[in-house]
Amino acid sequence: MSTAGKAKRRKRSQLSLIWFRFRKNKLAMLGLIIFLMMIFMAAYVSIFGDYEKAITMDMPNKLQTPSAAHLFGTDQFGRDILMRMMFGARISLSVGLLTMVLSLVVGSLIGAAAGYYGGKVDNLLMRIMDVFLAIPSTLLAISIVAALGQGMFNLLLATAVSQIPAFARVVRSAILTVKGQDYIEAARACGMRGGRIILRHILPNAMGPIIVQATLNIARTILGISSLSFVGLGISPPTPEWGSMLSEGKTMMRYYPHLILIPGAAIALAVMSLNLIGDGLRDALDPRLKN
Amino acid sequence: MSIPLIETRNLKKYFDTPRGMLHAVDGVNISIQAGNTLGVVGESGCGKSTLGRTILQLIKPTSGEVLYNGQNIAGYNERQMASIRRDMQIIFQDPFSSLNPRMTVRDIIAEPIRVCKLCHGNAEIYERVNKLMDTVGLASRFENAYPHELDGGRRQRIGIARALAVEPKFIVCDEPVSALDVSIQAQILNLLMDLQSDMGLTYMFITHDLSVVKHISNEIAVMYLGQCVERVNSDRLFENPLHPYTKALLAAIPIPKLMPRKRGAGIIKGEVSNPIDPKPGCRFASRCPNASERCLSEELRLVEAEPGHFVACALYE
Repeated sequence: MSTAGKAKRRKRSQLSLIWFRFRKNKLAMLGLIIFLMMIFMAAYVSIFGDYEKAITMDMPNKLQTPSAAHLFGTDQFGRDILMRMMFGARISLSVGLLTMVLSLVVGSLIGAAAGYYGGKVDNLLMRIMDVFLAIPSTLLAISIVAALGQGMFNLLLATAVSQIPAFARVVRSAILTVKGQDYIEAARACGMRGGRIILRHILPNAMGPIIVQATLNIARTILGISSLSFVGLGISPPTPEWGSMLSEGKTMMRYYPHLILIPGAAIALAVMSLNLIGDGLRDALDPRLKN
Repeated sequence: MSIPLIETRNLKKYFDTPRGMLHAVDGVNISIQAGNTLGVVGESGCGKSTLGRTILQLIKPTSGEVLYNGQNIAGYNERQMASIRRDMQIIFQDPFSSLNPRMTVRDIIAEPIRVCKLCHGNAEIYERVNKLMDTVGLASRFENAYPHELDGGRRQRIGIARALAVEPKFIVCDEPVSALDVSIQAQILNLLMDLQSDMGLTYMFITHDLSVVKHISNEIAVMYLGQCVERVNSDRLFENPLHPYTKALLAAIPIPKLMPRKRGAGIIKGEVSNPIDPKPGCRFASRCPNASERCLSEELRLVEAEPGHFVACALYE
């Protein structure tokens, strides 16, 4: 059984090898630290923060500039912007990540099938994707939420569906470049079937563009939810959420820029940290870039 | 003669291109007895590799038959092929693109074993991988290396070990040495020949290098533009080539000699004609010094010019 033990050690060492390569990338580590801090903030904000401050109106204190009482000032309804930003991270980050995962998985499978099987399958799947692409993504999301009814899950579904075509296209083209390699043919020669070939050989080698697409996707989702909220189909008004903070503050940004600077910075920071993590992950997963 | 292990009958593979039908393999008849090596030679683009892949059903043939042990496997779907996949393997030309850059040597060789469920449990699988690495002359310290860390010869040995992992009977060697240094070429060729005598393997050896093919094959098939133009045992081919194309190929082998050879002797002129919707008649006619009216009009078939020596040429009919 010593060989099995060795195999287990090796598996772990491969993971630790990836971690080792990731850790050496300073920017990626910075991204990871920022992102973990944001997750931590979203998870534990209720311990030190006060949700009431984030949702109750306080008209006498509206539109205050940053002060000791309100570190980032207050918005047009007198709500504390710091609290709104911190509580908003919960919805924005979770919806952003979940939408990304959902559209990544579905889009990748569709794109992979289209790219790998080609011909009729490709045509059928990609024409369906074209139909989705032809409808503006906001309109598509609005109609999905309107049809299924309001709610967190439907919101997630709506934003994910509108992102799927983008993933499918990126994955399909990434797969077309890998498909012609001889090791795919070698796998077929020993009787491997399509699904396993895609998972074992094609997707790992087509990862680069997919990761980039995934990280960019989160920003688009967060902003997408805000436009849904704007027409009243997203998150209902008092609930704090970065995208709707942005669109609410938009009208007053000339006189009170902090209304949009704070949520804008939060979105930018989240996207940037995910981008850095994505870049680092892509490099760490590629054994050719070792040393 | 017993049933050949591999036989093709009028095998055709056409590719539908925007400019017309590309006749990659156009009515090829070959047969390989178990334990023998058939060398397939011809210049680039004459359909050698397509022939190999069509026999393995990696590319579905347009028409014709592929007989494996007398059983026609042409047009089998993946489910029907499953039991036969184990018996037929392929070794690739390019040792870079034929190995997944994200897998370790051990995982690459273990994969066919896992797919075919030959062994169960990692311990058993890895023991077998180590044995295979030993067989092909790879030191076990490389088992956790990635392909890009190794040189071309070692990478090609990985490819061979992967092909051997399922204990095949027949291996298509698709130019396995043409991407390697000359010194490494000899090592790999000797390895392939040793493996053949130890395991009783049958090879189809695709190459454009005549000196290599003489070294390894019992029989040689010369291909030109998708067709087999001459087929004979390898010694006889070098003694008495019949087809004008074969003669030209043999004349083109460089000979290390101090005195300069008369230039251009027997070297064919012109270029390979277009394989898309080719004209009827002999494909080689436009470059052939002996071409006559007949060559341009009718299809020529392989005829037995002398015992066991087949040639498709109007001169010998």
